[in-house]
Amino acid sequence: MNYNLLPVICCYLAASGLYAGFLFFQRSKYNKSAYVLVLAGFVIHTVLLGFDYANTRTLPVHNLHQNLWFAGWILAAVFLAVRPRIRINILGVFAAPLLTLVTAAAFFIPNTQIQPHPELTGFWLIIHVVVIFAGEACLALACGTGILYLIQERNIKGKKHRFFFRRLPSLELLDNAGYTFVAIGFTALSAGLITGSIYAHQVWGRFWSGDPKEVWSGITWLIYAALLHERLVAGWRGRRAAILAIIGFAAMLFTFLGVNFLMEGHHDEFTRW
Amino acid sequence: MMNLPGGKSRTADLPRNAAPELPEIGILGINHNSAPVDLRESLAFSDQESRASVRELKKQPEISEILILSTCNRVEMLFTSHDPGGAIKAIKSHIAEIKSVEESRFEGALYTYLGSEAVKHLFRVASSLDSMVLGEPQILGQVKTAYRSAVDNRGTGVILNRLVHKSFSVAKRIRTETGIGDRAVSISYAAVELARKIFGRLEDKAVLLVGAGEMAELAVEHLNRIRSTGALYVANRTFEVGVDLARRFSGTAIRFEEIEETLKHADIIISSTGSADFVIFRDQVKPAMRHRKQRPLFFIDIAVPRDIDPAVNKIDNAYIYDIDDLQDVIEDNIESRRSESARAERIIDEAAVRFAQWYESLDVVPTIKQLRAKLAAIAEAELKKTIQAMDHPSAKDVEAMERMSEAVVKKIMHDPVRFLKNPGTHRDKSLYIDLARKLFNLEDD
Repeated sequence: MNYNLLPVICCYLAASGLYAGFLFFQRSKYNKSAYVLVLAGFVIHTVLLGFDYANTRTLPVHNLHQNLWFAGWILAAVFLAVRPRIRINILGVFAAPLLTLVTAAAFFIPNTQIQPHPELTGFWLIIHVVVIFAGEACLALACGTGILYLIQERNIKGKKHRFFFRRLPSLELLDNAGYTFVAIGFTALSAGLITGSIYAHQVWGRFWSGDPKEVWSGITWLIYAALLHERLVAGWRGRRAAILAIIGFAAMLFTFLGVNFLMEGHHDEFTRW
Repeated sequence: MMNLPGGKSRTADLPRNAAPELPEIGILGINHNSAPVDLRESLAFSDQESRASVRELKKQPEISEILILSTCNRVEMLFTSHDPGGAIKAIKSHIAEIKSVEESRFEGALYTYLGSEAVKHLFRVASSLDSMVLGEPQILGQVKTAYRSAVDNRGTGVILNRLVHKSFSVAKRIRTETGIGDRAVSISYAAVELARKIFGRLEDKAVLLVGAGEMAELAVEHLNRIRSTGALYVANRTFEVGVDLARRFSGTAIRFEEIEETLKHADIIISSTGSADFVIFRDQVKPAMRHRKQRPLFFIDIAVPRDIDPAVNKIDNAYIYDIDDLQDVIEDNIESRRSESARAERIIDEAAVRFAQWYESLDVVPTIKQLRAKLAAIAEAELKKTIQAMDHPSAKDVEAMERMSEAVVKKIMHDPVRFLKNPGTHRDKSLYIDLARKLFNLEDD
């Protein structure tokens, strides 16, 4: 276990607590201080990653521990960038615990030393990983807004005007935010898949090798493509879009973790522990 | 010790323990709880009358400061006076004279508060805790207007200025920190609030009004205040009635048969017809939803019997609220406002205590004490520094310097103290004490 990570996790955990406090007591200072805490955690996180990069001259994405650690960093970055632009106060209630969960998981999973393949470095790999992770972070937030949308929709349909009804923003805002997240996330995912295949071409001489990770990435990509297509053409908004965003995220989680545990392939060692 | 020219006769008949130099704060008033509407009406002051009365009452020897607040639910006379009993008498006879009502008619409905009770009452009024509709937002504006009018007519001084400003900040604090004014307590506002929860922005939403009726029209009026670019359609069985209504709300009249078509464009449908049957059916809404690309539709059904098939609520992105649903919403809201008022009362108690501290500091004696303590502390500190810097001063030298510093403090204090104790015959002493406190930065502890 890498105890350097503890301050970061503490920041995110404290931010989660404050966001929970904000959910209950609706004091905007809770909301603001929680954001500052995420920011503080992110800064420490960045410094740690910087040291790591200086030591190894490559991104720390060679085993599950490093992957989660890096995914947490990207998620924090995306959340910090998005939060001031999207007026959903309650987004942090979803994002901060997720952030805590991801980084805490990284903490508990041992950092097995893996000799990085000499071929698994280089520009395209870095782009591939960063872009894919950023896309996944957006899609995670899309899933979050999707869940919030379903809760709020149930409240309004069922005429329940208690706790969440008062605290959640309007359906339209949630729907639009979800759409924005999916659109950005999908674009990044596409770019990630393209850079990944360019990289694969350089290393193995082919763009597509039918590796399970590649197949499942393709499936995830198709789900989001369907969501966006139906939204633009048939107006799949609201409830259906929210459900699809949640399904898409589940598929993505499976691509990220499940594939490596259940199947084999050349992404295998990234999730080894 | 007190040397108050012209003040002797006034202070003489006050009880001994009362501080003669601090006026008492008082409120005299009637409101919706203490008086029926016809009495409130006959005592209401117009703007003109308020202004004239402020000037008139200010001239009375018993009254130091005066402010008059008159709304449709209340008349409040806020004053400071060295002789509250006399002030109340003067105000009563003034009301009787101006409104040509016999004192006996309103005497029983009047309430009076003095001291911290008056302070709390003003805070409660300004924060709308004393309003008929708890938490209604207009009252603060009315207090502000009343204050401005009193200031313009030189009715207020240091104490009321501070008190009324404090009441503004208390009201604002209560509004932001408690949910007292948060939720709609009328059917039409509740409908608008729900629309906000669905659409977020209402500026560009199109509204369809089906039928007519007071509540429906009120809801349209609320919506119109927010909307700017969205269209407004009015459908009525009698087309001519619809045309009239449409003109009133600057909308477009449509025929009853066109409702189905209009569902494709409208976002909020407010229905209130006298029809015994449903006017809008599920089978009409479904195709409209497809046409709208699933943009949400919000139906507000105020009619009894209902106009809109409740099965519409089962369609994705379509929402119906009927009159009972809205009634439930506002009952919930009233309940939650009530539970918030306990928190508001706490804020008021706290603010009243803090105001009392300031108010008591206006007394001459504590101010002089604090001033003397401050000067003495400065002198002592400087003396200590000087003695430390000296090369073995003799005990005699030290004693001489101590005496000197005491004498300096005493001499400096002499004139300000004399002035503060007696700033002049008709001057407002609290003004100078307040100024002195600010000048020497004496904290209200």
